[in-house]
Amino acid sequence: MVPEIGHFALILAFFTALAQAALPLLGGRIGEPRFAAFGRQCAVLLFILTGTSFACLVYSYAVSDFTVLNVVQNSHTTKPFIYKLTGAWGNHEGSMLLWVLILALYGAVLARGGRAVPAGLHSLTLSVQGMIAAAFIAFVLFTSDPFTRVFPAPPNGEGLNPLLQDKGLAVHPPFLYLGYVGFSVPFAFAVAALIRGRADSVWARLVRPWALTAWTFLTIGITLGSWWAYYELGWGGWWAWDPVENASFMPWLAGVALIHSIRVVERRDALKGWAVLLAILTFSLSLVGTFLVRSGVLTSVHAFAVDPARGAFILMILAFAIGGSLTLFAIRGATLQATGAFAPVSRESALIANNVLLVAACATVFTGTFYPLFVDVLSGEKISVGPPYFNRVFVPIAAATLALAAGAMLIPWKKASLTAVSKKLLFAGVIAAGAGVLVGVTAPSKVIAGGAAVALVAWLVVGTLTDLGERTALFRRPLADSFRRATGLPRATWGASLAHIGIAVYAAGAAGMSLWKTTDVIFMKEGDTAVIHSISVKLDDVRRIKGPNWIADSATFIASKANRAPERLEAERRFYPVRGMQTTEAAIHPQAFGDLYITIGDHVDGKGWPVRIYFNPFVACLWWGAATVVFGGVLSISDRGKRPRRKVLGREMSANPAGRADPQPAIGMSQA
Amino acid sequence: MKRAASLALFCLALLAAAPARAVAPDEKLADPALEARAEALEHRLRCVVCQSESLAESDAFLAKDLRKLLRERIQAGDTDKEAVEYLVRRYGQYVLLLPRFEPATYVLWLLPGAAVLIGAAAAVFYIRRGRNAPAPAPLDDADEARLKQILDEHA
Repeated sequence: MVPEIGHFALILAFFTALAQAALPLLGGRIGEPRFAAFGRQCAVLLFILTGTSFACLVYSYAVSDFTVLNVVQNSHTTKPFIYKLTGAWGNHEGSMLLWVLILALYGAVLARGGRAVPAGLHSLTLSVQGMIAAAFIAFVLFTSDPFTRVFPAPPNGEGLNPLLQDKGLAVHPPFLYLGYVGFSVPFAFAVAALIRGRADSVWARLVRPWALTAWTFLTIGITLGSWWAYYELGWGGWWAWDPVENASFMPWLAGVALIHSIRVVERRDALKGWAVLLAILTFSLSLVGTFLVRSGVLTSVHAFAVDPARGAFILMILAFAIGGSLTLFAIRGATLQATGAFAPVSRESALIANNVLLVAACATVFTGTFYPLFVDVLSGEKISVGPPYFNRVFVPIAAATLALAAGAMLIPWKKASLTAVSKKLLFAGVIAAGAGVLVGVTAPSKVIAGGAAVALVAWLVVGTLTDLGERTALFRRPLADSFRRATGLPRATWGASLAHIGIAVYAAGAAGMSLWKTTDVIFMKEGDTAVIHSISVKLDDVRRIKGPNWIADSATFIASKANRAPERLEAERRFYPVRGMQTTEAAIHPQAFGDLYITIGDHVDGKGWPVRIYFNPFVACLWWGAATVVFGGVLSISDRGKRPRRKVLGREMSANPAGRADPQPAIGMSQA
Repeated sequence: MKRAASLALFCLALLAAAPARAVAPDEKLADPALEARAEALEHRLRCVVCQSESLAESDAFLAKDLRKLLRERIQAGDTDKEAVEYLVRRYGQYVLLLPRFEPATYVLWLLPGAAVLIGAAAAVFYIRRGRNAPAPAPLDDADEARLKQILDEHA
């Protein structure tokens, strides 16, 4: 019964989405404002219906209803209850339902909370959201139905991939989707702007919090995935340039470009067409990512050809969404005329340079990800594009972007003097050069790369601090005065500065892990001691232990350092009988300059346990850096001053009189 | 001071720990110089049965065989290039995580640089052309006359 309710709710949701897509558009044509109001109610109803459907699926998992095929394939009675619940989205069908649910959530928030949005823009945006929702609900219903029943019901399920039975990975998909799907709102705003032929600073101020929200969630999602890979996969890696990772990284990069270019539209009324194009591009890359991960095209082109229904369906959605919006852009893009003028040396130019670099970086990741596929399709040859390629081509572009970020915030809008900016950056330059040389002479290996990386990090941090110092007149005025100025700075400024510092910290972690990670692997018997980084690691004992749905060899290590109390660490080699799979639970011991990271393998008779010991330098910088970026994002979103308040908006709207043709005249204005 | 000392210690420790990487201890070569070469190469070769892991990271049996093969070639006196070429002959270009620069990969290697250059050119064009600065509307005859009059008055 419950699965049927879920299925039925999803079918209703499909028709609701169609209504949400069609009626506001129609209302605009025939001048019927009640249709727009109906569209808003549809958006809320859509969320209730998809929420009901999702709840029904989770319920089926909670009670282990093995008459539902999806539950059979991904659950088992012995699985801990929490992973029964999270297993609902640990598979293709369930995760697509979550995708749709999050899309509906954004739509409902936009419908309820978008009172500041001009009526015509609001109903068009909701209409575009409705179209996306209808397409993806159809995808779930026709190709990926999670509610399919199975008869006769098997006595038990096949279990969930043990790698997915993890708290970090349980929350990773929801955050990732909150990011991916969140970009549908800027996309919808962009399409609406094209239809209306108007994108101004009001538009930019409305889009900005949505773009920032999506981007911040995506940052959290990617970091969670990276963290999970680090502690769960057992080789101490954090980023592998795997196509699945790249799929989430491309919209992230485009999102960074988007939030920077929207700033130009908001402040200076320039770069409008470009910002609109980026909003389209960012969501398109989210769709491409969904296609990459969900179509099976990644594992092999041939796997895709064997069961093409899903891939072909998403490809159709892609063609419609991307093709349609880009065509619209080609036709209407020219109507978005900029008014703000600026000199070649200005904040605007710096942000354009930022966008050029980020888009090039994004194109690089795109090419590297798809190239093996292109070559395979065109010539049947198989090639690989792996981390060494990305390290060679992506890292220089990323480094240039970070180098630019240090100075960009010091450059005034409109027109700036290159000499004045250089003078301000002199201090950061000296510190960066000093830090680079210091590391260059002390580092044992990778002298040039290491020196350059440290110099870049120092440059970005000191450059950003210099900017904050300038803004608060630090050391030029009494401290109390500077403090007052600091508290008076817009939260968006603090947010941007923190995000830049966070990225610098992240870069430090990435550099440390790429350049100076050390590993050793040895056979150890109980009582043996190994030494890494002046830490002696003793294998104390190994016991067989039993978990709820696994058995494991659990090794206890004693790590001791001179003048420190020894600490006990546990590493496990787990076996999950239901799936017949093994997983590694690493022992991780944070130190001042990195993590001691130990894993054990399968026992070899006569030799002992193969023990891998890693020293992962500065790995914590990755997590703290990302957390700082997220905090910066949240601060920026919370900057209410940048959102149009009703009164302000009203004034700007009336300042823009009817002289300019608005193809959606005053729909729903009666309620306003 | 204590921090500085521990930083120095950290750097020394990095110096002391020669990066040793291999998946199983019994795979290591006795000669550390040869082993170091093999480990450096492992990171640039793909485990051909895995989703996206290098030979250095994979637990797969085939990866183990390839690591062994690689070490055999190096021990037999192959240069790095020869050892890699040997694996490419057997398993195709697919084993190379770093694709070669050849006609089929020209686009792959040249696109990033081209993207930056084309983007930069477009940006310079956009900024210099001043299209972002809408020219003020040309004055009509009446305004022109008035302007002339003002200029004449102040001449």
